[in-house]
Amino acid sequence: MIRLRSEASRGMALSAPATLYVGLLVAAPLGILVVYSFWSQTYVSIDRSFTWENYSSALTDPLVRHLLVRSVWIAALVTAATVVLAYPIAYFIAFRTRYKTLWLLLITIPFWTSYLLRVFSWKLILGFNGLMNSALMALGLIDEPLEFLLYNEFAVVLTLAHAWAPFAIMPIYVSLQKIDPSLLEAASDLGCSKIESFLRVTLPLTVPGIIASCLIIFIPTVGDYVTPALVGGSDGKMIANLIQVQFGAANNWPLGATLSLLAMVSVGLVAGGFVVVSNLMARRIR
Amino acid sequence: MTRLVRNFPGLTTYAVLYLVFLYVPVLLLPLFSLNDGTIVAFPIKGFTLKWYAELVGQEALLQSLVNSLIVGGVTALLATSLGMFAARAYVRNRFTGREFSEALVMLPLVVPGIIVASSFLVLFLSIGLKPSLTAVILGHTFLTVPFAVAIMKSAFDEFDPALEEAAYDLGETVFGTFRRVTVPIVAPGIVASFLVTFTVSFDEFILAFFLGGDQPTLPVYIWSQIRFPAKLPNTLALGSCLLAFSVVLLVTAEFFRRRSAKSGS
Repeated sequence: MIRLRSEASRGMALSAPATLYVGLLVAAPLGILVVYSFWSQTYVSIDRSFTWENYSSALTDPLVRHLLVRSVWIAALVTAATVVLAYPIAYFIAFRTRYKTLWLLLITIPFWTSYLLRVFSWKLILGFNGLMNSALMALGLIDEPLEFLLYNEFAVVLTLAHAWAPFAIMPIYVSLQKIDPSLLEAASDLGCSKIESFLRVTLPLTVPGIIASCLIIFIPTVGDYVTPALVGGSDGKMIANLIQVQFGAANNWPLGATLSLLAMVSVGLVAGGFVVVSNLMARRIR
Repeated sequence: MTRLVRNFPGLTTYAVLYLVFLYVPVLLLPLFSLNDGTIVAFPIKGFTLKWYAELVGQEALLQSLVNSLIVGGVTALLATSLGMFAARAYVRNRFTGREFSEALVMLPLVVPGIIVASSFLVLFLSIGLKPSLTAVILGHTFLTVPFAVAIMKSAFDEFDPALEEAAYDLGETVFGTFRRVTVPIVAPGIVASFLVTFTVSFDEFILAFFLGGDQPTLPVYIWSQIRFPAKLPNTLALGSCLLAFSVVLLVTAEFFRRRSAKSGS
């Protein structure tokens, strides 16, 4: 009993520094954002009297609403595109190749290179005078550079689907690996076709992996700054770009704090709703 | 293999195409950094190393490199220390709040960068910490703790607790056991964690951009150069160096991580 108690207290003591550090840096900034969001900016100084002004102006401003909705929309598109593109790869690695370790390594290496540089690279590929256009023209497939490649939603979705690839592949791969092969044998013994057994056995069993991938991608994407700034143009701007302006050029920190909180609440609501709905759907398929 | 390919040629083709999709943007930078031309477009004009040569002796670049090395080194040290102790507790000890604590330290992985960056800026300024390398280090440590914890957890997973018990039984103190038994055995894990957290910090942009003030790290310097088309080839050369550096560090980290997994079992 004494040994047990000392084990518990040692565990707490050892994990305390990391827990406190992360916990403090989650709670304190959040608290201060909330406080700031009820203050207001008067030219260079902060007016510390309580006001709902930031929330009412942010929520009624069509630009803010537009950017919030677009950020959530783009993040949803990115999530869907990344997961749909990644699922076959996870399936391939789990069931169709003997060189699992090699494939997993090949897929994670690009992720470890600088995110900023990868986004920058997409800008060079998709640009008006860029790689894609010059290659297509050299091959004689087009006469004039394509303009729709860069500075729009498509560019943002493509770039982020590239950036998040391993985050989608890994959780799905893990959930595919866990599937008991005898379940698939049973399905085929009971007369399921390959497609049927995929839809009714494999897919429902990988729902936890899919949900994990979706959350890991969706949550950070809503607040992504670099990709919309570099390849988004004016059609691809997202809420993070507006937040950055408030903390930079516009110098309106209380509004910036409000926007950050609104972005977080939107992410939370959409992500929570998504988890509930997809769990319900998974139950129905089964 | 041939049977598999015949069974499912579509999937294999897709997998190969997907790899091309993953690698083109990464390999593009080194390829065009050697191109004797100022725009990134086909046809490739000729081979040159002059863009790399021009990087040497640029004061601002050198300073940002030094800043990045300082930030990465201190961050790696802090995150690995925090991660090592926490990971040991998660693997070895059963205590109230363990699951909560484990979930909490993984949280930095999923918080949107802009929210971390903006809220840290507000917090630091209100406690009187000006934007500086110190602020970046505190931010990067927060960001990299999950990586350190995950790597150290796998190192402790493979480590037989009987070795520590034996040391206690033979009269070692807690500190002595830690120094002479625990650390040497999990050393490869420590090295792997150090290298990974260093690389994550070295490549990180948004926190450094918000919290660095007038002390840019290398990614922030690159960001400032991206705006100038005339600097493009130099930026490509610099980016290629950064890519090569990250890959070398991570291959080394992977080597140590595997060694830690092997030595334990």
